[in-house]
Formats: sequence, structure tokens, C-alpha cells
Amino acid sequence: MDAILFLIFAAIAVGCAINLVVQTHPISSALSLIGVMLALAVLYLLLGAEFLAAAQIIVYAGAIMVLFVFVIMLLNAGAEQRVNRAQFAKFLGVPALIGFLGVVSFLIQTLMPNTKDVVFGAFRNGTAEAVGRKLFTEYLLPFEVTSLLILIAILGAVVLARKEI
Amino acid sequence: MGDNFVPTAADMTRFLPELILTVIGTLIMVLEPLTREENKSRLGVIALAGLVAAMWGSAVAAADPGTAFNQMLIVDGFGTFFRFLCIGVGILTVLASFAYLNREHANSGEYYALILYSIAGQCVMVTANELIMLFIGLEISSIASYVLAGYLRDDKRNNESALKYFLLGSFATAFLLYGIAWIYGGTGTTNLTEIHRVLTNRDIAPLAGIVGTSAALMFVGFAFKVAAAPFQIWAPDVYQGAPAPVAAFLSAGPKAAAFAIFLRVYLTAFDTIADRWQPIVVVSALATMIVGNFAALQQSNIKRLLAYSSIAHAGYVMCAIAAHSQIGTQAVMFYMVSYAFMNVGAFAAVTHFARQGERYVNTEDLAGLGVRQPATAALLTVFLLSLIGVPLTGGFFGKFYVFKAALDANLVWLTILGLLNSAVAAYYYLRIIVVMYFKEPGDSTANLQPPAMGIQAVLWGSAAATLVLGIFPSWVLDYAGRSANLVK
Repeated sequence: MDAILFLIFAAIAVGCAINLVVQTHPISSALSLIGVMLALAVLYLLLGAEFLAAAQIIVYAGAIMVLFVFVIMLLNAGAEQRVNRAQFAKFLGVPALIGFLGVVSFLIQTLMPNTKDVVFGAFRNGTAEAVGRKLFTEYLLPFEVTSLLILIAILGAVVLARKEI
Repeated sequence: MGDNFVPTAADMTRFLPELILTVIGTLIMVLEPLTREENKSRLGVIALAGLVAAMWGSAVAAADPGTAFNQMLIVDGFGTFFRFLCIGVGILTVLASFAYLNREHANSGEYYALILYSIAGQCVMVTANELIMLFIGLEISSIASYVLAGYLRDDKRNNESALKYFLLGSFATAFLLYGIAWIYGGTGTTNLTEIHRVLTNRDIAPLAGIVGTSAALMFVGFAFKVAAAPFQIWAPDVYQGAPAPVAAFLSAGPKAAAFAIFLRVYLTAFDTIADRWQPIVVVSALATMIVGNFAALQQSNIKRLLAYSSIAHAGYVMCAIAAHSQIGTQAVMFYMVSYAFMNVGAFAAVTHFARQGERYVNTEDLAGLGVRQPATAALLTVFLLSLIGVPLTGGFFGKFYVFKAALDANLVWLTILGLLNSAVAAYYYLRIIVVMYFKEPGDSTANLQPPAMGIQAVLWGSAAATLVLGIFPSWVLDYAGRSANLVK
């Protein structure tokens, strides 16, 4: 059952990801991205990471995607126009991608040692309580320092968007 | 790693420089709307005071070395050395910025706050003992740098610089993050010492393919941040387009911090697979030197020339990293200090004669500087000679120790090609000196004002430091030597 669910949602994620790249209209790409995020959330849930699944939907599929769509609408971006596509990308892009994915899947398939650890639902520390406890004890400093990162992002937006210098 | 929700006093002491920088940066932002337009320079003075306080904070933190916040940070000699270096670069940058910002009518608190935050990020990076911490520090430093590169929003060159830096930088950071994910997947930890422990233990070590992939992906991220070939393409456009003091900052501060994390990650976590990453670093070092030097030969824009020269210097430093030894680490540390002074000094001179809107940034515009402003020309000559690596300057001993480390590691060909490269480099630096002293003074230097006080301070200070490093290298070298063995 787990394996079937995994395969279905993994297929949805990959299909949406390919669609995201292939589509020429930004809105279609953005909607495909939402599909990828939702499918990923289900995969997290299958592994037992419930907090991450919820955060994935609320933060990524929700808040961040709304921003994406807003920006696309504000910029009034139309379908992508293709000019002077590089010959290099045309002929080498797809083979290089297939080669890279082949190497990565080969490595994961044959070299990953502890496959018995990767079992659906075997991960027990994915609850909001467990994540919160980790964040406020072991990972306290990264958690706090991230606020500085966000502050800089806001400051940067203000600097780049103000009217006069 | 108990459930202690409240950090101990020792934790806070070891995190003191970052705390000071963040608090002062925020203070500047609070004071910014309360300050009148003509008094904005005072915010820069506060920033300077904050940087000096952060230096003091680093010294206090160094008095009590150890790990902090559940091994997230490690305050050791190595980290402290780079903390001092990054904060020092910040002081020089702020000093050089006063005149520039006044000239461009762009004096505002955000500029100083961003510099302080960026340095806080670099301090986190260089003391990080954990890949997550390292990543967050790198992002803080980088995002602040992206904004600084595009600070003069109405200048097209600034926009181009910021956009290129941002897009390519984010792309490279993604590689670094993917590498972190791989090593976490393989070892189950992101702590550098833990990773080292897992990798040296044959029973639980993941297979080499996973570690190698992770190291390779992280190499892409690091090589981008230090502008090493083949990931150097962004540097000339970014340095040329960014405001001159910001270019000085970018070429010294974030670069030093990036080399620090490069060394720390590769010499602690990936130490066991050194024979695998060493050839890659050697090839990259060689390519970086050649690309930097030969491209610099053809430049007429002096900021672009200095950008290519900074790529070439990253190549020399990579030679010392490839040596994979304590003496190599020591050489990197010494090189970064002498490079910071001579490069920030050269950029400060560029800041001075570029004038409003950075109109005069071609090498030909320097014609007659030796007659019109002998002092400035002499100081710029000191920096250029040091960049060449002439004896009695810091650049000489920097190169000397780098190539000595490479020779000790039996990298004979790399050393020979590196030396040939520095001979090529002499041509384009000397060309600037020739233009300054032997060309007829033209219109470009006719109405040049004497340098502003801040720029004077940077020029004299950096020149003095360059000469001191060239005459008494042991002052810095001994400290670096004592700290270098803590990494390995």
C-alpha cells in the first residue's frame, strides 16, 4: 500500500516538474510547481515527517506560491519567447541531464548502505513537538540566526525599492 | 546535548562579535530615520565604533576557546584569525565609503547596516562547526553583498552587477546545499567533527561515491564564492559594476571567509578523502591562475583589471590548499591578510580618482597622477608592487609561503606554472605604474581634488600594513602557524 502510494505521488511530482520546465507560460509553470509541492508533501507524510508535510503545504504551496503568482501577474509576463537558443544546450542538454540523473540513481541504488533505515513510517521524530524541541535546544543558534537572514532580506528589499537614493 | 533551553554565559561570550555587530547594525537602522540628511555620515562613525567593538569582542571570545551552542560554533585560533580579518576589512571599507557616498549623494544608514550584517555572517561562517551554521552564515554574508553590489539603484552598472551576482550566487549556493544534503544522507550528521569521525570509522563510513559526490557538489559552491575557475565568470562583471568601495569589500571580506570555510570543511570533514579532492583543487588552481592573469592582460578598465587580478590571486591561494598540509593552511591565512590590505588599498585609490559617477576608471585616466598627486601615486605603487609580489611587501611573502607549501607537497609543476603566471601578472600591474609616471598628464587628472580623509586613512594604513607584512612577516605568520594546526 505504502509503495503504491509512493509510486503514484512520486510520478505526479516528476510529471509536474517536467511540465514546469516544458511550459512556456509562467502561470502554467507556477501551477505545475504547486503540484510538485503537494506531491512532495504527501511523500514526506508517507515517511512519517508530519510537521514537514504540513509546513510544505502551508509555506510553500500556500504562501510562497501566492507570491510567485502575484509577481507574475504584476509583471504581466506573457508566454516565453525563444530567441537564439544556444546550440550547446540544444544538443548536449538532454544527454547531459540523462547522464547526471543516471549517475545519481546508480549511486543511490547501489551504494546507499543502510536501506533498512528507509522504511515508510519508520521515522518517529517528525511531530511538531519533536521538531520544536530540536529547534529550541540543539538547533537554537541556527534558528535564531535565521532571523538575521530574514531581516537582511527585508532591509535589502527596502534599499532596492525606495524612491530616492 | 541536554534539554538546556537557556544558553550558558560561555555560549554568549563565544558568540560576542556577532552579537555586537547585529546590535550595532540594528541600532543604525533605528537611528537612520531620526538622522537628518546632512548628518548621515555620523551613522558611519557608529558603524566604525561597532566594528572596533566587534574586534574587542573577538579578542574576548578568543580568550575562552571552545565550542558553543551544542557544537554549532567553534571558537579556535583559526576562526578568530579570520574574524579579525573580516572585521578589519569592514573597517577599511567603511572608512573608504564616507567620501564615496557623499559624492554620490547616497549616504544612508542602510549601507552601513548591511556591511555590519554581512560581516556578522562572515564571522558566523568562519567559526561554524556545523554545515547548517556555515550555510546560514554564508547566506547572510551573500544576501547582504548582493544588495550592496546594487546599492546605487539608479546606476545601470550597479543593477547589472547585483542581478548577475544574485542569480549566479543563488545557483552556486544550491549546489552547496545539495552537497550538504548528500553528506547528511551518507553520515547522518552535519557536524564537521562528527562527519570526520564517521568517515574515519570503517564500519559505519558510507561508500566513497557518496562522500565524493558531496565533496564535489560543495566544491562547486566554494569555488564560486572564491571566484575560482571554472566558476569565476561572475567576478569581473560584478566588481566592475559594483560601487568601488563595495568591490573592495567583496574582493577581500567574503572571499577570505569563503576560503576559511573551504579549508575547514575540506581539512576536517573531508580530510579522509584528501587524495581524491587534491587533483581537482590542483587543476582548478592552475586554471584559475591562467584565466585570471591572461584575461587581465587585455583589460583597460581598472576595476575589471583588479577583478581578474583577484581571480588570479584566488588561484595562488588554491595552490596552498592543494598542498593539504598545516604549512599550506598557514600560507592561506597569511596570504589572505596581505591580499586584503593590498587589494582594499588599490580599490581605495580607484575610489578616489574615479570621481562622481565613476567616470574615470580606465588605466589611461591615471596619466600624470605621479606628477599631480605624488603621494597617492606612490601609495598605489606600493599596492601594485605588492600585488606583483616584489620583496619588502606583504605580497612577496604571501606568494613565497604559498609556493613553498606547494613545493613541500611535491606539487612541483604547479609551483613552476604558478611562478610563470606571476611573471605574466607583473606586466599588467607595471603598465599601470608606467601610465601614472611616464605618460603626459591629461585632462583626467587636471582637476583632481586631494583624497578625502577616510580614503587617506585607508591608503596610508593599508600601505603601512603591506610594508610591515613584507618586513616582519613573522608577526602574522607565527600566529597563523599556531592556529593552523587546530584545523587539522
